Amino acid sequence: MAGAVNLLVQRHPINSALSLIVVMASLAVEYLLLGAEFVAAVQVIIYAGAIMVLFVFVIMLLNAGEEERTKGSRVALLFGIPGMLVGSGLIAWILLQRSGTQAVEAGALPGPPKTIAWLLFHDFLLPFEVTSVLVLIAIMGAVVLAGHAESGAPAKREG
Amino acid sequence: MVPLSYYLVLGGILFACGVTGFLIKRNIITIFMSIELMLNGVNLSFVAFAAQWGKLSGQIFVFFVMVVAAAEAAVGLAIIISVYRTRETLNVDQVNLLKL
Repeated sequence: MAGAVNLLVQRHPINSALSLIVVMASLAVEYLLLGAEFVAAVQVIIYAGAIMVLFVFVIMLLNAGEEERTKGSRVALLFGIPGMLVGSGLIAWILLQRSGTQAVEAGALPGPPKTIAWLLFHDFLLPFEVTSVLVLIAIMGAVVLAGHAESGAPAKREG
Repeated sequence: MVPLSYYLVLGGILFACGVTGFLIKRNIITIFMSIELMLNGVNLSFVAFAAQWGKLSGQIFVFFVMVVAAAEAAVGLAIIISVYRTRETLNVDQVNLLKL
């Protein structure tokens, strides 16, 4: 949570990225506490590994500097912050009041990769295949978007 | 033993941080990271509910959310690179036209 707040406070994108890594890692520990070993491993590999490397790469590549501070509107400052505080306090209070008695045991749910794999390839086979197509489309889209601009920019300069 | 509501509140806080960052940040990369933060908050509540009800479907769903997030990150960062090449800025206030 401190990492999440830090993400908002930091003005330099690379610091935000580093605090996001902190959030990902602590969430992975959180998943382990909940007994979801597979999800914890996937969280570390995909999020902390792949996605954050992608982010840091882009930040380095684009040479992102500090963002300039803009003036927020007074109305948002006046009504937004008290409203947000009241709303979040209300939600937290209701949640703590209503369901505070049920406790999730640490490691209550055995989530070994074997069971998950069985479920994934039997009950959820169609969504799994659909996501594979989605990933393929995403790869093609990324290549087209990032690659086309490179070859398209000089052509535009000529014309 | 941690009550379920603690996990839900933490997930809600993460989601709220994501929304706040999405709204107040001016750097497009930071906005993108806020979206990832929101997805993580939702994932946490998914896993918490899966542990609560003893069903593994929630974890499968988290897996799908992660796959979609990875695809989204790849495409979005490609778009960011493309935008930066044509406009030379990462400030969303200055990117107010789809057409150059």
